[in-house]
Amino acid sequence: MLSSAATSITVILIVFFLFIEGAGVFTKKPIDDGFLLAVSVDNQVKKIKPSEIKDIYDQKITNWKQLGGKDLPIVLFRAGDITDYYTEEELGKNFEFFPDKINELIAKTPGIIAFFSDKYKAKDFKGRELDIDKIKVSEFLSGEEWFPTAQPIAQMGVKPLIYGTLWVSLGAILLALPIGLAAAIYLSEIAKKRTRSLLKPLIELLAAIPSVVYGFFGLVIIVPLIQSTFDLPVGETGLAGSVVLAIMALPTIITISEDAMRNTPRAMKEASLALGASKWQTIYKIVIPYSASGITAGAILGIGRAIGETMAVLMVTGNAAVIPHTLLEPVRTIPATIAAELGEAPNGGLHYEALFALGCILFIITFGINMLVELVTNRNSHKKH
Amino acid sequence: MNKTKLFLMLPLIGMLSCGKAKTEDKGAESKANAISVTIKGSDTVLPLAQKEAEDLMKADANVSVTVVGGGTGVGLTALIDGTTDIAMASRDMKTEEKLKFSEMKKEIEEVIIAYDALTVIVNPANKVGKLTREQLEKIFTGQITNWKEVGGEDAKIVAYSRESSSGTYEFFKDEVMGKKNYASNILSLPATGAIVQAVGQTKGAIGYIGLAYETKEVKQLSVSYDQGKTFIEPSVASAKDKSYPISRPLFYMFDKTNAAKVKTIVDFALSPEGQKIVSEVGYVPLK
Repeated sequence: MLSSAATSITVILIVFFLFIEGAGVFTKKPIDDGFLLAVSVDNQVKKIKPSEIKDIYDQKITNWKQLGGKDLPIVLFRAGDITDYYTEEELGKNFEFFPDKINELIAKTPGIIAFFSDKYKAKDFKGRELDIDKIKVSEFLSGEEWFPTAQPIAQMGVKPLIYGTLWVSLGAILLALPIGLAAAIYLSEIAKKRTRSLLKPLIELLAAIPSVVYGFFGLVIIVPLIQSTFDLPVGETGLAGSVVLAIMALPTIITISEDAMRNTPRAMKEASLALGASKWQTIYKIVIPYSASGITAGAILGIGRAIGETMAVLMVTGNAAVIPHTLLEPVRTIPATIAAELGEAPNGGLHYEALFALGCILFIITFGINMLVELVTNRNSHKKH
Repeated sequence: MNKTKLFLMLPLIGMLSCGKAKTEDKGAESKANAISVTIKGSDTVLPLAQKEAEDLMKADANVSVTVVGGGTGVGLTALIDGTTDIAMASRDMKTEEKLKFSEMKKEIEEVIIAYDALTVIVNPANKVGKLTREQLEKIFTGQITNWKEVGGEDAKIVAYSRESSSGTYEFFKDEVMGKKNYASNILSLPATGAIVQAVGQTKGAIGYIGLAYETKEVKQLSVSYDQGKTFIEPSVASAKDKSYPISRPLFYMFDKTNAAKVKTIVDFALSPEGQKIVSEVGYVPLK
């Protein structure tokens, strides 16, 4: 009683903490704290989207004309570039003229876009500071680029990550469910007692292997295999992740469904056989319907493991944050992203909170799946009785 | 009920063991001729400094070293404020920082303890043996996608990078790609070992690793930083004489008036033992 209450409270606290941290991302601007982007006052471009700022600094957009402004080449400026324009003497011994010089530079260079700390913003600032919007929920969910550490503007689009997670998990469950069910039927109904007592511990042993070992196995064996089978330029694909996850989910699915099938009352099976049904007919008319809820439970736990699995997936899927169109492309999943990036994200910063928001999305996905399966099983059991 | 008791016991045991460790620390510090040194700064130097500190403390019980990361800038700020004895740095001091030290009338000694160099690697079956910086930039920003554009076979380029949390990721971006962002279809792997494995088994692959990791499963490329006039082959020797362009020195920096105190640590870093740790951690030793 006490321990179950304690567990529930802990779970609620964790979820609460997750959502509080995750929501923080929507109160922030995607620019480093204390920094600003400025252009010349004569510049007619009023609003620049975050993705456009990234393209400007990657030199994919090189003329203001492309953004609806004057035909003027864009001049990039970061604070460190100041020495290209002024000598150290001009900047003063302690950089005391730095703000003035930036001011001067912005005033006399009409095509400039400058990124610098607001410490260096002069009192009579002659440039125009660009407004940067806070991150919106819709942009966060529908953005297609994930560059959380990009300077000057971080790109927080999680669509490729959500798609990656769903593709890999779906692939895993499509592979694991038929194989797992077949194995469970064989073990519970067909196999001799000796075979079963040998096979079952072996299958359960699969669950005891650490996931990083699966990852390495995937990288060394499965990835080259997929590459040569499908003649791909690269073997690190969503499919490789699905195969590894399917192997990892198998013991859960097999063990739980087999237990459920073995719980079918002997009387029911014997009655079916006595009525002239074949062994196979007995299996799919009696055993499977009777153990349906156990099988679904196994499947949910399998999916749960697949969606949340981190290390194995991190090693075999290639982790390129692009929206996948087939399973034969590299994908980046949400758990892999969190695991790979959280270690270096500054505590409480934008990147950190964005990773927590990813955690919330993952939570909502798994929660949704559980609810769905719960609904389906309930409906089935009502029908039966 | 038993389980509940167990749960209550666990944190208690944890607390007790923490307390014990702390008293031991205090004991060490209060020894008569003990030296206690703080090292702060670059996360690139951190694993090296950490390992050296551990070995030094094992060898000499009188020395106590605390190593803290945070970045080169953080370390130098702490050195200016006098809150650390040694600053770890993966770059030279900026003019701004030099000015601050001269303002405080502090003379700073810089000691190079190791070099960090990156090699660009491809699959051994790849015919391409050299690339210019510009070509590398275009490959990793996604403008060149086929090996035939740089003199190889007609095959798709598969570019591997480290994860964005890695210092190597930033170093390569700043040094080779002119601070431009990686293309989003670049594959990223969590460890250098994984990159070697992947490049070794993928025909059209290209990746970058620390110089010290070189193995026979991959081929190293010569790079040119002068638009293809001279190509430098990556090697420990060329990294040391600074002819290899994708390399940087790693520093310990400290106040000259404080030199006596930090001497043990700096000497250890430069000693053969210390330099052995440099190669173990994956950097280029001085000698």
